[in-house]
Amino acid sequence: MHRPPGTPARPVRRLGTLGVVLAQVLVVVLFAALGVRLWYLQVQRGDHYRELAVSNHHQELVVPATRGQILDARGRALVNNRTELVVSADYHELQGMPDDGEAVLAELSEALGTPLEELRQRMRLCGPTVERPCWPGSPYQPVTLAEGVGSQAALQIMEHPERFPGITAQAHAVREYPYGDLAGQVLGYLQPVTQEELEAREQLRTQFTGIDQVGRDGLEKIYDAQLRGTAGLRTLGVNNHGEIMEVLSDRMPEAGMHLVTHLDAEVQGIAEKALAEGMAAARPRYPADSGAAVVLDVRTGGVVALASVPSYDPSVWRGGIDQETFDEMLSAEAGEPLLSRAIQGQYPPGSTFKVSSLSAAAENGYSLRSTYACPGSINVGGQNFENYAGQGHGTITLHRAIVVSCNTVFYNFGYRMWLSDGGLHPDGEPDEAMAAMARGYGFGSPTGIDLPYETGGRIPDRQWKRDFWEQTKENNCHRAEHGYPDVADQDPSHAAYLKRLAHEHCVEGFEWRAGEAVNFSIGQGDVLVSPLQLAAAYAAIANGGTLYEPRVARALVSADGSEVQMIEPSVKGRLPVSEETLAYLQAALTEVPKAGTASGAFGGFPQDLVSVAGKTGSADVVGRQVSSWFASYAPADDPRFAIVVFVHQGGTGGATSAPIARKIYEGIYGFSANAGGEDEEGDRPPSEGALPDGRPWQELPTVRSDGSIDLLDR
Amino acid sequence: MDTYTSAPEAPRARLGRSAAGVARRLDWALIAAVAALCAIGTMLVWSATLPGDGSGPMEATGHMRRHLVHLAVGWALCLTVASVDFRAVRGYAPLVYGATLMALIMVLTPLGAVINGSRGWIVLGPVQFQPSELAKVGLILVLATLLGEPRDGESKPMTRDVLYCLLALALPLALVLLQPDLGTTLVLGMIFLGMLTLSGAPLAWVVGMLACGVATACAVWWFDLLEPYQLDRLATLIDPSADPQGAGYNSAQALIAVGSGGFSGTGLFQGEQTHGRFVPEQHTDFIFTVAGEELGFVGSVAMVALFIVVFWRILRIAAGCDQPYPRLLCVGVATWFAFQSFINIGMGLGIMPVTGLPLPFVSYGGTAIVANMLALGLVLGVHVRDRGFE
Repeated sequence: MHRPPGTPARPVRRLGTLGVVLAQVLVVVLFAALGVRLWYLQVQRGDHYRELAVSNHHQELVVPATRGQILDARGRALVNNRTELVVSADYHELQGMPDDGEAVLAELSEALGTPLEELRQRMRLCGPTVERPCWPGSPYQPVTLAEGVGSQAALQIMEHPERFPGITAQAHAVREYPYGDLAGQVLGYLQPVTQEELEAREQLRTQFTGIDQVGRDGLEKIYDAQLRGTAGLRTLGVNNHGEIMEVLSDRMPEAGMHLVTHLDAEVQGIAEKALAEGMAAARPRYPADSGAAVVLDVRTGGVVALASVPSYDPSVWRGGIDQETFDEMLSAEAGEPLLSRAIQGQYPPGSTFKVSSLSAAAENGYSLRSTYACPGSINVGGQNFENYAGQGHGTITLHRAIVVSCNTVFYNFGYRMWLSDGGLHPDGEPDEAMAAMARGYGFGSPTGIDLPYETGGRIPDRQWKRDFWEQTKENNCHRAEHGYPDVADQDPSHAAYLKRLAHEHCVEGFEWRAGEAVNFSIGQGDVLVSPLQLAAAYAAIANGGTLYEPRVARALVSADGSEVQMIEPSVKGRLPVSEETLAYLQAALTEVPKAGTASGAFGGFPQDLVSVAGKTGSADVVGRQVSSWFASYAPADDPRFAIVVFVHQGGTGGATSAPIARKIYEGIYGFSANAGGEDEEGDRPPSEGALPDGRPWQELPTVRSDGSIDLLDR
Repeated sequence: MDTYTSAPEAPRARLGRSAAGVARRLDWALIAAVAALCAIGTMLVWSATLPGDGSGPMEATGHMRRHLVHLAVGWALCLTVASVDFRAVRGYAPLVYGATLMALIMVLTPLGAVINGSRGWIVLGPVQFQPSELAKVGLILVLATLLGEPRDGESKPMTRDVLYCLLALALPLALVLLQPDLGTTLVLGMIFLGMLTLSGAPLAWVVGMLACGVATACAVWWFDLLEPYQLDRLATLIDPSADPQGAGYNSAQALIAVGSGGFSGTGLFQGEQTHGRFVPEQHTDFIFTVAGEELGFVGSVAMVALFIVVFWRILRIAAGCDQPYPRLLCVGVATWFAFQSFINIGMGLGIMPVTGLPLPFVSYGGTAIVANMLALGLVLGVHVRDRGFE
């Protein structure tokens, strides 16, 4: 107001104007920077953010397919599915909570009535140092916390997601075993899929869905892909709360196929029971700590029964096994029930092996019409080799040598063949006829059965001996030079003996010696076979020389019955023996249960109805009690079944294993056990056998389009 | 040449100018740019508030319609203010300022309501408003008066004027901090700094105040005066992916939304990120992420360009003013809009910390829209009147 007009306004304006122009430039520069940033985010990195956006609001749900059932030959379910309420947790969501999900687990512990500590343990990922129970699967799979949850508790969880974040209760199909521990090792078990398997399989991070399980043993493992079917995949659009807004794509799951096996639940049951009872009967005198029984269909190689004792109930695997059970199943005291003795055990076959040795002799110039001396013992290389109980039988036919199980006849074969090969120092390539014949019978290599972890046994020969020597030479030669000072402190004479032995092994351990050839001839020494190998070999003798790869599975049938894939018998080879030799062997084996080493066990058995052919075996292993074998087939005149029974440290073949085999035959054909006068079996009326007319089921059980299964009947 | 202060007759005659005359003198470029932003904002608010359950745009128009009502009220107030002589408005400055102070105090009484962790709302029956938005207008009016018309006949504000200004700033600043609302505090401080810088005040004061601003920011950082969540937000600005579900969640999701829009965007109402509501507050503070996703680079840059036009025009009006008061009025408004827009867009692009500031003319929110429009009205009014004196 007091300012003279006109004077001061101009400089102020100029200064102000300049400042304002600078401000304009500043604003343009700053906002241009935003434009540059936008270019970077949206154009340069657009693809990256689009990917993030997709993983943000697309959720892929894997909908597991219903796993196929495992059926016996008649259509009875050995493994099926039961719907159960399962409570599971999202591992990452719980781990992401500030208290690692502790509060949620505490809440859950109350709702389920399960100790909090147990839930905590089940949430841990399994590892070398983590004790069970723990989660053996992938952390991207829902972690099973409780199975068989009551509907009350499940409802509580489902209705209050805010109290149980990261927890779901869902109905899941879980494996059920209607026959309990029947054929447990054959059926196998399931375990949650591991992260490695998941990545290898389909590169899918399954979100919160059903529990993806994988067969870990037995049929569940071998036929895992077919049984599992194809999981469905549902892609969901979700919002920030994980609420489903829309279904973007939906591929329905395809149920797994049913596996029809050659197994017969009834025969399997009879075999397991007979084996367990037979072992129990042997036990006062022998440890009889484990055993196996194999029933094969000699015409197809189909496995009608495969028993191994001790056994276990595969349902222990369901929902996370606890450490105690797990340890027990692997412990020696419990007899390692996970191990199937029938296919994974390997033992010296003893006299049951003589069929191979006889064939080797017959095919290499030893006449089936000649007679051979059966002294009480023979001396080879300064060592005495005895008959069983040192008893001689004079001069006998080979037929009789099988029937009375004369060892010395076969010792001589072994020794003479060893000599003709050139003894300790063969010129050129030795024939090794005995070992070659054993391989022709299928020994020394896996049978090829459709079960995992099968053993191949061992057929020792000169090459094997050399390889073994190469492996042990260093240690033996070291010992030969330096002795056993640790042993010498306590027992100088034993140490001296060991040193001599080491020296011997070091200098001439590669030599295949006469004593070894002699032992080989009666299935002793380093010869090892599995009960299944022996059964396949006897089945081949029975069917005229065809060596089948045993098959447990017979067919795969789709869940609606529309598709059937037969699993055809597979021939592994033919026995390298002439018809004449085979017929000779069959005749000899047929007499064993009538007038030979198994006649006691088969006393009173209706041989006129079903003639059994077989061979006993009693195998020695240093430091152990004698193990019992019986290898057989029936009917002798029209063979159908081959049965091999083995009891580890169970006594002689005739006393322990043959009676078990007899019980299995009686069960199959429906003969009353009373006739044998051994013990009372009141389970079934006489003459109603598991397979009454002595034939395995020919047709396949019918799977209807509604999923139901018709049992076969006669 | 005459100034309006010494020629009372001329303006009075112009005060009676017809509505048509006012309309002819409005800055139509500025109005067009703001109107375009409002139109885009309406679409974005509409899209951002769809329920996300697959229902179409026509089934959820509630927020959009309320937003239109806010805009209508805002434009009416804007044009009213524009047609009033700014000198008349100046007379009401202390009143407006005082009223906003009262409102800010009321916020802290039981009349105030806590929304999103901040006591920033007054709820009177069906009406609720945010006094801190109006406080920005009040502060601009008071500062323009104090700095634009110095005491003792000085042509430039002197130390005493600056001290008055500091006092005028301190009162609302303290009240807003008590809510607490860091974003608005920053805007108030920035308005003060911007107006002071261009007021012709002693250089020492300008430099000193700028230094104070920087020092305060540092002090707050060092002395841990920020709430933990604010520190987190600053920390996640450096690495948004460090904790995507925690404090960095907003930033990370905002980046995904903007980035996934690509060059041309998903199209309006088509943004999956938007309709999954992955970005919190996407219709208010994070509205720009909706633009980023659905309108893409093209649409986002167009919006940035519109903002540049708005600030450019406002500053141009300021530059055209003979007198400090109307010029500072425009400078204050421009500072406010520019700062707030930059922070808002910047936080959507992951280059600014997350603070609760709406995007002028675009975000949903009645008080903010009304405050923005009032401020725009002041600027337009300056343009209408100031032309006449040249």
